[in-house]
Formats: sequence, C-alpha cells, structure tokens
Amino acid sequence: MKENTQTFRQLFLSTFKLSACTFGGGFVIIPLMRKKFVEELHWIEEQEMMDLTAIAQSSPGPIAVNASILIGYHVAGIPGALLTVLGTVLPPLIIISIISLFYQAFRDNVIVNMAMMGMTAGVAAVICDVVLTMGKTVMKQKRLLPVLVLLASFFAVRFWEINIILIIFICGILGAADALYQSKKSGGAR
Amino acid sequence: MIYLELFWSFFQIGLFSIGGGYAAMPLIEHQVVDAHPWLTMTQFADIMTIAEMTPGPIAINSATFVGIQVAGLPGAIIATLGCILPSCTIVMILAYIYYRFRSLTIVQGVLAGLRPAVVAMIASAGISLIILSFYGQKSLPADLHDINYISVLIWGAGLFLLRKWKVNPIHVMAGAGACGILLYSIMPA
Repeated sequence: MKENTQTFRQLFLSTFKLSACTFGGGFVIIPLMRKKFVEELHWIEEQEMMDLTAIAQSSPGPIAVNASILIGYHVAGIPGALLTVLGTVLPPLIIISIISLFYQAFRDNVIVNMAMMGMTAGVAAVICDVVLTMGKTVMKQKRLLPVLVLLASFFAVRFWEINIILIIFICGILGAADALYQSKKSGGAR
Repeated sequence: MIYLELFWSFFQIGLFSIGGGYAAMPLIEHQVVDAHPWLTMTQFADIMTIAEMTPGPIAINSATFVGIQVAGLPGAIIATLGCILPSCTIVMILAYIYYRFRSLTIVQGVLAGLRPAVVAMIASAGISLIILSFYGQKSLPADLHDINYISVLIWGAGLFLLRKWKVNPIHVMAGAGACGILLYSIMPA
C-alpha cells in the first residue's frame, strides 16, 4: 500500500476525470478505469479488475460508485475509498446542479444532441473494445467451462432477460464447484 | 423534515438498485413521482433524458436534480449522500472480504466463475448501446436497413483507433462527440 499525498491526489484526480467522462451508463467507467489503473498506473492486475467489476456489479448502488470504492480501498484503504467516492460523485453533482437551472434549453439544444449522438457511437466502440480485450483473457485459459459460462450468461442476459443477481449467483457456485473438483483431481486442496 | 425525507428516499434507491442504472429507473420513479410529490411524470422523463446526456450514474444525477428542485443545493448534497451510503458500507465490507480471502481455493473458484459472466454482461450492455446508436431506439427495428450511417462510421473509426493504436478511451469519446457535431451539421439525420 502506497499511502502518501501523491497517491491520494492521483486517486482523486483520476476518478474525478473518469467520472466526468462516463456518458451512457455505469459500465462505461469499467474500460476507462481499466485503462487508467491497470495499463497506465499498474495499481491493479487484469484479473483483479474483472473480480472488482463482478463485485461492483453485484452490489447495490451505481456501478461507477462501487467500482471506485473498490479501487480506492485497494490502493489506500478506507481513506482512499472515501476519496475516490468523492471524486466519482462530484462531477455529476456539479454538472446537474448547473444544468438544472436551464434544463429545458439544454435538452432541446441541437448542438448538444448532435454531440450526444456522436458520443453514443463512441461509447459503444469503447465497450466493444473492452469486451474483446476481456474476452481474450477468458479464451486464453484454453478451458471449455469459462467459454460455456460466457455464452450461457450472454444468452441469459440478452435474450431470456434473467435477473443478473441470479446469474452471478449461479456462476459463483459453478466456479466454486469447479475449483474444488480441480483441486481434488490434482491431489488435495491448497 | 424535507432533508430527512430526501435522504431516506435516496437511501432506499441506493440500497435496492442492484445491477446498474436502468434497474434503478423504476425505483427512482416510485420514490420521486408516486411516493412523494417531488416531480411530475414529465419532469421525471426530462431528468431521465438529461441523466443519459450527462456523465455520471443515473441515480446520482436524479438525486442531485430532485434535491435541488425540492430543497436547493443542500438538498442535492443530502440526496446524493443518501444514495451512496448503502454502496459505501456494503462495498467496503465486500472489498475487505475480497482482499482478505481471495487466495482461498474456493474463493478463487467463485471469482473464476464470475469473470466470464462479467464479460457477457458488458457485451450485452455494449449491444444495447450499439442498437441505440445505430437505430435511435432501444430494440432492433423491423427494417434493418433504416440505419444511421454516421453513427456506424463513428463507431467503426472509434473501435479501429482503440484496437489498432490503443488510443485513450476518453479521447475517443471526445472525438466522437466532435465528429457528431461536424457530421450531423453537414448531413442532418
């Protein structure tokens, strides 16, 4: 754990900037965080990022807030978590406070709408990129079960509209059963 | 006591909205339109539109908006605090458990089982966004040729830049917004 002023500043500024850019729903912050904390700062590992995403997704509250709590906690404990929450909450708080003064004009503005249409396409591209990168990590294990779980969960979410919590629950049990089976096969648990 | 009511309403929204922004929408509607006379249905639709047009989680955006409408800036801050308090406590406990026990075989297994599911969920969210961006609506239309070519172009260019040169996602989004203004000014959708 690196606890100094520099780290705290970096944590706050990073989450503040990322939060100011998360247009289009909670998941968008995941690729941005991955880029910043996994690829640039090397504070978090690739697998760990996926674990944190799963925890953020299955906890109550906005995913962006949950993910930033997890990252802040990992880097600098509870003070770190409080700082990243502040960084995540301030941009929308400030922006909406200003917009609420003239929100009808904002909503109907042509330029704003054109920028938003462009940004939605951009956000879709960012999400596709992260799916390809994360999907590759799953495929690299060269095992059948993760691939099957990926496909089954995709159909379950996309077409059968099954509750996400239920899917996470089932996948967790499957994973635990698989791990126990594997460790027995290789002779005793660790 | 209006501050307490705001806090309690958004505390419930924060506590019961599991699985992202769209899951929170009906909860927010219930609290601010049905249970309290804070917003009309039209205002609620407006704030949902604005929440999608501005950065940040929908729950936080609506907490700020409703808070300001009902009790000014202090109201906005209190509603936002209420909204994130359940997350803060629950997620910090989970973070503690995760970092304490993640080396156990069984926990490793649970997490390994969750990873592919996470990818699948993000993929599903991505497809919803692609449909929204290409067709301007939440589900696929009957006529698939009725597509927004400017959006397809921006999406393709963005994905290419991200895959090929690993451009920063924030720059891709800003560029996509600028391209949107430019291209839609030349060729109105």
